[in-house]
Amino acid sequence: MSAGKRVVALEGVRKAYGETVAMDGVDLAIDEGELLTLLGPSGCGKTTTLNVIAGFVVPDAGHVRIDGAEVTDRPAWQRGLGVVFQSYALFPHMSVADNVAFGLRERGVGRAEAGDRVREALALVRLQGVADRRPAQLSGGQQQRVALARALVIRPRVLLLDEPLAALDRKLREEMRAELKEIQRAVGTTTVFVTHDQHEALGLSDRVAVMCHGRIEQLGTPEDVYERPATAFVADFVGASSALTARATSGDLVEICGARIAVRLDRMLHTGETVRLLIRPERVALGSAGPNTIPARVSGVMYLGDHSEVRLELVDGTRLLASVRGRAAVSAGERVVAHLPEDAFLETR
Amino acid sequence: MTAARATGVAVVVLLLAFLTVPSLVVIVVSFNPTAIMAFPPHGLSLRWYENALTYPQFQRAAVNSLIVTAAATLLALPIGTAAALALVRHRVAAHAVWAAALLSPVVVPGVAAGLGFLILAAGLGLLASRWVLIAVHAILVLPFVIRSVSVSVANLDPALERAAASLGARPSRVFRRVTLPLLRPGLAAAALFAVIVSVNEFVVSLFVSTRVTEILPVAMFTYVVNYTDPTMAALSTFFIAATFVAVFAAERWLGLARVFGLEGHARGGPSR
Repeated sequence: MSAGKRVVALEGVRKAYGETVAMDGVDLAIDEGELLTLLGPSGCGKTTTLNVIAGFVVPDAGHVRIDGAEVTDRPAWQRGLGVVFQSYALFPHMSVADNVAFGLRERGVGRAEAGDRVREALALVRLQGVADRRPAQLSGGQQQRVALARALVIRPRVLLLDEPLAALDRKLREEMRAELKEIQRAVGTTTVFVTHDQHEALGLSDRVAVMCHGRIEQLGTPEDVYERPATAFVADFVGASSALTARATSGDLVEICGARIAVRLDRMLHTGETVRLLIRPERVALGSAGPNTIPARVSGVMYLGDHSEVRLELVDGTRLLASVRGRAAVSAGERVVAHLPEDAFLETR
Repeated sequence: MTAARATGVAVVVLLLAFLTVPSLVVIVVSFNPTAIMAFPPHGLSLRWYENALTYPQFQRAAVNSLIVTAAATLLALPIGTAAALALVRHRVAAHAVWAAALLSPVVVPGVAAGLGFLILAAGLGLLASRWVLIAVHAILVLPFVIRSVSVSVANLDPALERAAASLGARPSRVFRRVTLPLLRPGLAAAALFAVIVSVNEFVVSLFVSTRVTEILPVAMFTYVVNYTDPTMAALSTFFIAATFVAVFAAERWLGLARVFGLEGHARGGPSR
């Protein structure tokens, strides 16, 4: 994503709830038209970050800017941002059309124009013929679309989505994910998306901010975050990975648990130094002895349909996760040899 | 029918009788043609109804009751709603103290409260004022209002108000367009409770009423002290009928179970 016009900027934002620090000095810049995801486990501060941008939560310290203007103390109703909530938060006492028209009425848009724009918004989210119903008469997926239409109809400067797919069942969630991406691309609205689901984050985003304990651990494209995780937390949260402690025996050769393994990292290693390496389970192959292999014992196998997860244990007790297609040909207790390709390693802090 | 089932039916019938017989006796006695409250009555007559409706002090007390109940309800609804919102929604300093203070009128004995209000009113030189009676009733119905509205507030998703704000509604607009309509079931129940409690309030009112400002229950008490004819029974029958109609209407239009918080969520407005 090239650096376009900066729309939202957070500068050193802190927010604590009593003893709990929800945001611990967050700096974040969101560019025009991009879809940025805040990804992290519950309690990492991603929803608080969204609420600070929306104006629902006033930070203890730091600044929030929208289009360069300081809005830190500006209340939500004066920010002109669209928000979709996890619970959808549709007004139960109003029809679908009145829900979508809510923001237009607050803006003093005339009846005729509002009617046109409501129809347009409902068409955009592919929801027609339900304008006169109450939200309670709609399915979860339909309610989700109404919430999206209601947020988009005001032509918000930024669209904020708080785990909007979390309440849907898996199949519908995947459909809505694809559709959400299409809609966002069609309207081109700068979007901040909050989720704890790595697949959603990787599949939807232009950039992903991985959060942990109120801090942004890494900010980058989905490829950056997955292929080049900056920290062990990111590597572990975005896709699984195994951590190995290795001792360098030359610039591109290390010893792991007594086995000599060639590695290709971003830098040359110093002989004798200890490095932390990560390896993705899908890069670990089970095979026969040869170069770059390490003996291991199978401690468990889990069949997951399209692939199986094989948990391995090295001789010093280090855990190593391997993922093999289909059903694994090994069983717990068996001794195997794991092949670790030299380009499969990531070095982390 | 088995013996166990027969016993069960008998117990239920007895319980229902226990609850309803006193009211039925009053209703029957009210039709007595003579000036004593004979049971069973010696005939049928509506003369005590006529007396109840034409007795001047009852007429004045009925108007007083109407004024006091209406004013007290209108006073307690906004105060109680504000208190419910504050207690349920916000982190109020000394929360427990506030909650206890606001709900205390329910647990303070009527005689003690009455005496307190009497001394206070006398000290302020307001003994003859109707406002004392109105204030007392507002305070006495407040716990019921807070309780009813709190149920609705607790069922109100705060995200709804945030959503309205994000769509450009200023706080006063959020309250008018979202909060208030969604609290309607709780407010209706609160109003019903307030009216029933206020109309039937006797003990405290006795302390702070004058012959000019006294409300119906006090006037009835005074009447009973002086006369023993069935006028009282006729008036009581009116009371029973009015309360019955109010509760029936509440159940019909509001769904009592819902407004008492006995069932599901109170969202979705009062209409069915």
